[in-house]
Amino acid sequence: MKKLMRIASMVALSVVLLACGGQSGTTQDEDLFGEYGGGEQGAATSGTGDEGLQQGNTFGEGEAAAGSAASGPAASLENRLVYFGFDQSEVATDYLDMLAAHGRYLASHPDARVRLEGHTDERGSREYNIGLGERRAQAVRQILLLQGAAANQLSTVSYGEERPAVLGSDEEAWSLNRRVELVYVR
Amino acid sequence: MKLTLRISTITCLLILATQAAAELRIEISKGVDKAVPIAVVPFASAIPAPDPDVATVIAADLARSGRFAPIAVDDMLQRPTRGRDVDFGDWRIIGVDYLVIGQLIPDGTDGYTIQFEVFDVFRGKQLLGYRQPARKNALLRTSHHVADMIYEELTGIPGVFATRIAYVTVTGKAGRQVYRLIVADADGRNPRVLVESQQPLMSPAWSPDGRKLAYVSFEHNNSEIYVQTLRSGTRQRVSARPGVNSAPAWSPDGRKLALTLSGRNGNLDIYVLELGTQVLSRLTERRSIDTEPAWSPDGKEILFTSDRSGAPQIYRMPADGSGAPKRLSFEGPYNARPRVSPDGRIVAVVHNDRGNYRIATIDLQRGALQVLTEGRLDESPDFAPNGETLIYATRAGGRGILATVSVDGRIRQQISALEGDVREPVWSPFPLN
Repeated sequence: MKKLMRIASMVALSVVLLACGGQSGTTQDEDLFGEYGGGEQGAATSGTGDEGLQQGNTFGEGEAAAGSAASGPAASLENRLVYFGFDQSEVATDYLDMLAAHGRYLASHPDARVRLEGHTDERGSREYNIGLGERRAQAVRQILLLQGAAANQLSTVSYGEERPAVLGSDEEAWSLNRRVELVYVR
Repeated sequence: MKLTLRISTITCLLILATQAAAELRIEISKGVDKAVPIAVVPFASAIPAPDPDVATVIAADLARSGRFAPIAVDDMLQRPTRGRDVDFGDWRIIGVDYLVIGQLIPDGTDGYTIQFEVFDVFRGKQLLGYRQPARKNALLRTSHHVADMIYEELTGIPGVFATRIAYVTVTGKAGRQVYRLIVADADGRNPRVLVESQQPLMSPAWSPDGRKLAYVSFEHNNSEIYVQTLRSGTRQRVSARPGVNSAPAWSPDGRKLALTLSGRNGNLDIYVLELGTQVLSRLTERRSIDTEPAWSPDGKEILFTSDRSGAPQIYRMPADGSGAPKRLSFEGPYNARPRVSPDGRIVAVVHNDRGNYRIATIDLQRGALQVLTEGRLDESPDFAPNGETLIYATRAGGRGILATVSVDGRIRQQISALEGDVREPVWSPFPLN
């Protein structure tokens, strides 16, 4: 089981690499992707779509374009982002499936480590926003712990409003900046 | 210097003692209705065209205060440099209230004496006569100091022209930003980069002697607090505990830092760190966000932001932890980041005014709140050391700029850079000498 998932994630990774290299995916690749995403992992890709793609382009990582890897280090950026309401730190139910997948991945990969990076929009005072970003990161951490991740696999950091994903002072930029990003680290 | 530059190519952090940065530009957007007309006559000088020109610096400082309107040199009917040459009639005709004259006299091999006099034109009386020594390489600073003395003589308020400001600049696109911590003269000149990083720098705080800055750096992918000596550039990491290390604030005696820590459970609380002994004591213990500590000028109280009521508001408590916090702000849904005025009478905060974040003051005795600014995203207020002016961060044309407003709201300035965002201004204490 564990082995199978590892193979699956390796295949997924190679597909991502192919996509990044600018080669068009073959039918076979897409099938593999589908199997990985829709299979055992119970892939959750809810609540993302355009936003996620935009994010991926902003960061220039190219992962989002590759599609729907759901969890683990190969997960696309859209599957590693949780967005929040204004001044909120509660995780919307839309994200529970996605976080459950990460939780299962972490449970089955004890060596994997995730840094939870909490962010806010630019409104309000900077240091208070550090507190708000930390609270968001902790909210995601609690869910991952409940889903099988071990405490020593998870670290949190709050950047407050200091590292916006998108520059701008409108509702759209603000909503894209209120986020927790799951970053798999070595 | 060469060595420093080489290091910059392999690490993402630079600590610098001397690198120049782009200057800020200051514009007075609103002065007092009737700025006082004053004449600052070019000083006599034994050397040709001293740079900076003392009288020009003094006139620019007084103009920047918003309270004085120096007249153009071309409009002067006479240009005396000694008291006995002054004809007050010539100054009354052109409607000048005060007159400043002086001389720059060589004094030994590496210095000058700035001799200056200030006159009340209407009464024909000398108000101030002074000889101020100035080292050659400190002529600009001493000129600002002379402007401070003149300002205090005429207004009764100590001038802040010889002080400095520290601030953070950010340039570059989202995800590839460069953060710099900069110290400049109060007029925006002589900016020097202290630290440059590809990770956020925030919350600079002056030590009470003006020799060091505490700040937060994310250079190791976590918030950490550093204390850096300005002159030497040497720095010390004073807090890198698990979780958040943030919001450093010096005690008035310079021996302690109030700061915010979260520990592993992510709950922000206020602590006090004794810098000499590294002894840490905890002040708050709540499941709320408690942060942004600020000391009262007598060092007895700490004010801070807490959302224990459900939204951020300002609280005050004894700095030794001997009493429970009391809520201080009640007006509006959001009040954060307190800074106490040097006389301990008012607190500047970030206040949510019908959806706009603005700078307000709260009277500590009466509790009255006064909104001073008109922006949508104003933040980070800090008092000038004379308590007369607040500097803060605001936005103009989609960019972060700095601005000042007098505590009575009458005088405003905008301070902008040529590129990027400028934020988190903090005003230095009065210089020691």
